[in-house]
Amino acid sequence: MAEISQGFTTAATLIGTANTELLSIVWLSLKVSGIAVMIASLLALPFGAWLALVRFPGRQSLIAILNGMMGLPPVVVGLLVYLALSRAGPLGSLGLLFTPAAMVAAQTLLIFPIITALTRQVIEDAWIEYREQLISLNASRGQSMMALLWDMRFTLLTAVLAGFGRAIAEVGAVMIVGGNIDGITRVMTTAISLETSKGDLALALALGIVLIGIVVIVNAIAQIVKTTAMKHHG
Amino acid sequence: MVKVLIRSLFMIAALMSAPAFAQEKFIVVASTTSTEDSGLFKYLLPLFKAKTGIDVRVVAQGTGQALATARKGDADVVFVHDKVAETKFMEEGFGVDRREVMYNDFIIVGAKTDTAKINGSKDVIESLKKIATSQSPFASRGDKSGTHAAELRYWKQAEIDPQTGKGTWYRETGSGMGPTLNTASAMGAYAFTDRGTWLNFKNRGDLGIVVEGDTKLNNQYGIMLVNPAKHAHVKKEMGLAFIDWVTSAEGQLAIAAYKIEGQQLFFPNRSRLVNAK
Repeated sequence: MAEISQGFTTAATLIGTANTELLSIVWLSLKVSGIAVMIASLLALPFGAWLALVRFPGRQSLIAILNGMMGLPPVVVGLLVYLALSRAGPLGSLGLLFTPAAMVAAQTLLIFPIITALTRQVIEDAWIEYREQLISLNASRGQSMMALLWDMRFTLLTAVLAGFGRAIAEVGAVMIVGGNIDGITRVMTTAISLETSKGDLALALALGIVLIGIVVIVNAIAQIVKTTAMKHHG
Repeated sequence: MVKVLIRSLFMIAALMSAPAFAQEKFIVVASTTSTEDSGLFKYLLPLFKAKTGIDVRVVAQGTGQALATARKGDADVVFVHDKVAETKFMEEGFGVDRREVMYNDFIIVGAKTDTAKINGSKDVIESLKKIATSQSPFASRGDKSGTHAAELRYWKQAEIDPQTGKGTWYRETGSGMGPTLNTASAMGAYAFTDRGTWLNFKNRGDLGIVVEGDTKLNNQYGIMLVNPAKHAHVKKEMGLAFIDWVTSAEGQLAIAAYKIEGQQLFFPNRSRLVNAK
């Protein structure tokens, strides 16, 4: 139990002294997961909306698969990206293994299904509500998609945040494709894993507390942005 | 089509992150958890960088995994500790220019209760026999690492198949040295470990060294360049610069100078030659 109180003390010290090593690790975590969320959202929001509006044979199966992929084990995603990016793999010539770009790629793949599946559900519900209206306006499918995405933007923010939370919290994929290289690919979760390996449980817990704090702050900022924007747009 | 999509996705990721993560000259070294967890690299690499300007990116894995990474061409240099596996790696033509760098020793750690009554013993084989006959809990790496390979060799010499104790006293954690020591500490089990990781390990709980000092327990580290003839992208000059440096008088002295609480963790091979003279 001593480790827990010591963990909080160490966390306070780390934050209080603005430890530069910790700052660079935090910054890399935010950068990698932030870029992954941006790429995944750019692809997943339109794809999810499209999937909500179209009807084709096999659509239900595709939705079931996507929903299932929300539970993709990070370590499996890591392994697939590793095999693709390894020098012996199909994309080996890019030389991306053990770089932050590889970590971005893995996290993007990991959270794409999450954002897609949640978007699909949100837009499908909205479609039921606005269907008559959009049809009477003679809106094309593309226009309907855009209108619904815009209308649901505050709800969709939650889908994006869910993706971000998953990305920044996972360790399995970034450990494999990033290699936890000091100063290059070491992020919060792999640093926690390393300190646990060294048996420095207090420091590991302190890093964990900092990570949770960051995720809460990011969500709080999103919440503030959302409430302010909602006030302005009714 | 899908392949093109995936490829462009990676390109976007690379483009977006490349400027932010731009780096000067560097090599990738696949090494073991023991060198990383012991803190050696954190001390050694800045010295090499100050001298040459080359950034060394260490991917710390078990020896088996590190050699597999190198076989795929995903590292420029391998720095590991399993002579049998290293020799095989060389014979297969994946590595060139192997050199011995440093050594330390393996030890057995265990709880104070010492159910196998081996505390203070210098005989590793006899101690393993006692652990097996007393059915005392034993935490093994079980991950094909250099330390795991060494442990299995000693079991073989003791003419014991630890697999027969699986499910009862012999417990494979399938993880690195640190996590295995965490497990042993929590279970009050014996564990076979390298001294470096142990000295830097903080969550000891009730564990302490019970067996040490057997001349059989030598733990030799070797370094190799990944064969550029097999993988053309290997950074030969910079890789060799690192190999030359760790085996040079300067690198060897630096290794000898690394201490935790006054205890030296690794013994450079060249100083052994010097001492022999």
